[in-house]
Amino acid sequence: MTSDQIPFQWNLVTDLRTMWEFPFMRNAFEAGTMIAIVAGIIGYFVVLRRSSFAAHALGHAGFSGAAAAVLYAVNPVYGLLLFTTGGGALMGLLGRRAATRDVEIGTVLAFMLGLGLLFLSFYNGYASEAYSILFGEILGISVSGVVFTIEAGAVVLVALALVYRPLLFASLDEDVAEAKGLPILALGLIFMLLLGVAITIAVQIVGVLLIFALMVTPAAVAVRLTRRPWTGMLVSVAIALFATWVGLFVQFYAQYPASFFIVSIAFAIYVAVRGGQSLLRSFAPRANSTPPADPSAATNSG
Amino acid sequence: MTEAFPHATGVRSDRAPAISADHVRVGYRSDPVWTDATFSVRPGEFVAVIGPNGAGKTTMFRLLLGIQRPWSGSLRVFGAAPRRGNPRIGYVPQRHTIDADSHVAAEALVRLGASGARWGVGLSPARDRAAAARALEAVGATPLAGKPLSTLSGGELQRIFLAEALVGDPEMLLLDEPLSNLDIRRARELVEVVHELVLARGVTTLLVAHDINPLIECLDKVIYIANGRVASGPPSEVLTSPALSALYGAPVEVLHDSRGNLVIVGGEDPHGGENG
Repeated sequence: MTSDQIPFQWNLVTDLRTMWEFPFMRNAFEAGTMIAIVAGIIGYFVVLRRSSFAAHALGHAGFSGAAAAVLYAVNPVYGLLLFTTGGGALMGLLGRRAATRDVEIGTVLAFMLGLGLLFLSFYNGYASEAYSILFGEILGISVSGVVFTIEAGAVVLVALALVYRPLLFASLDEDVAEAKGLPILALGLIFMLLLGVAITIAVQIVGVLLIFALMVTPAAVAVRLTRRPWTGMLVSVAIALFATWVGLFVQFYAQYPASFFIVSIAFAIYVAVRGGQSLLRSFAPRANSTPPADPSAATNSG
Repeated sequence: MTEAFPHATGVRSDRAPAISADHVRVGYRSDPVWTDATFSVRPGEFVAVIGPNGAGKTTMFRLLLGIQRPWSGSLRVFGAAPRRGNPRIGYVPQRHTIDADSHVAAEALVRLGASGARWGVGLSPARDRAAAARALEAVGATPLAGKPLSTLSGGELQRIFLAEALVGDPEMLLLDEPLSNLDIRRARELVEVVHELVLARGVTTLLVAHDINPLIECLDKVIYIANGRVASGPPSEVLTSPALSALYGAPVEVLHDSRGNLVIVGGEDPHGGENG
């Protein structure tokens, strides 16, 4: 990388300015910002619908698609997109119960990874393509890649805005939503298709193996911290953005892979929130589960 | 067995029936659940739907909601064929997909009862918020509005679900086993809330229950489903040894304990599952 000689100044403004002088860093930040927004919002629905394993599996399906694309000298993003949306459509058509069936998903997931490995063994070139699909390589993103990311991300965001309330209703209370006349199957299908597109662009940063960190962890924290869907999505996006920006920044100056920092920051926030909440709970027991202690009994026993 | 016992509970009998079922047959695949069901419900009646597991209590709701179609016979809701998304019906299912540790506020769920079926970007949430507030107040759950669903007790959750069903001011409520998992005191409290709604708003209410006893004083009618058939009428007429024995085609005893509680012996399948 060209940033080998860039010294870190301990001055955020100068450091950011230095970093953004490099076009590849600007590309990475533009794409990364869109990806974090999309992942944060769609991740909220992934957590509500308890389909995080399905999201993980779609990433793996994307890997075999990308590997096949590499083999035929096609841009791997198209292979990814085809396999994630194809897999998403299949899962959507099988219904929500299928999306939470982990044994079946796990079986297909392993097969898809194996298929991807086979495609790569046919490919005689350097394996860096595979490496970047598995773990992400955002600094290598081209201008056309940025444009694709922003366009695909915008499609996902607009579509989510249009189906927002019915999707939320179907995710929270499916039977009532069905009785209200909402098309549950179609909503599930739309959601899985959008998830496939979101995963395709997110793979560029964190890769298929670490997709959880952007797609699930920020939303899992947000669901625990907020009571309103809107604020939940905002918090989820904020965490995903923070992790992505810091990850890119650190990669530029410290030369460690951004994926590692993104995953670590998301993980640290998750652990802090879970830990903080159980600590709070141990100090303030729930009013309806434990009867209030009798103060007179306590003083008498002393 | 049909509407053989008109009775006076303030229900006007001159209006068209809220529900009328005439020789309805229905089932899943080739297994019939109802072989011949005939009954009717008048507007404003509070009706308990009881019967052994698997007799088709939830099936009745699926029929009324238009999710399932009868094989034969005629079923009318407010004079029309049942259709999905009927705004005149509010529904509380037996199970909710809602995550046990979801921190979504109760009010957010209730508000979806008003806005959840609308597509596109919503710009005026004030009306939905007001509708949700009214529904929460009607079930006495205003203090629960801001609380996460995960912190609510079973009885509190049932009130929230009731408010969610009530939010569009429906004329009919279908409540599927809202009393299961509640202790007897909470069950009676919830029945009181429902009964007040029936009296104050004239909402026709069908409530599927396992145990008739928390309800029996408020009921206008019992629909007893067993053996593919349906018996309906006031509790004093339906819940008798001869009537239930005739329905089952086998001896069934209805016993009364010292407090007036009813026990039905011989009808229930002791090994039955939880599915109604």
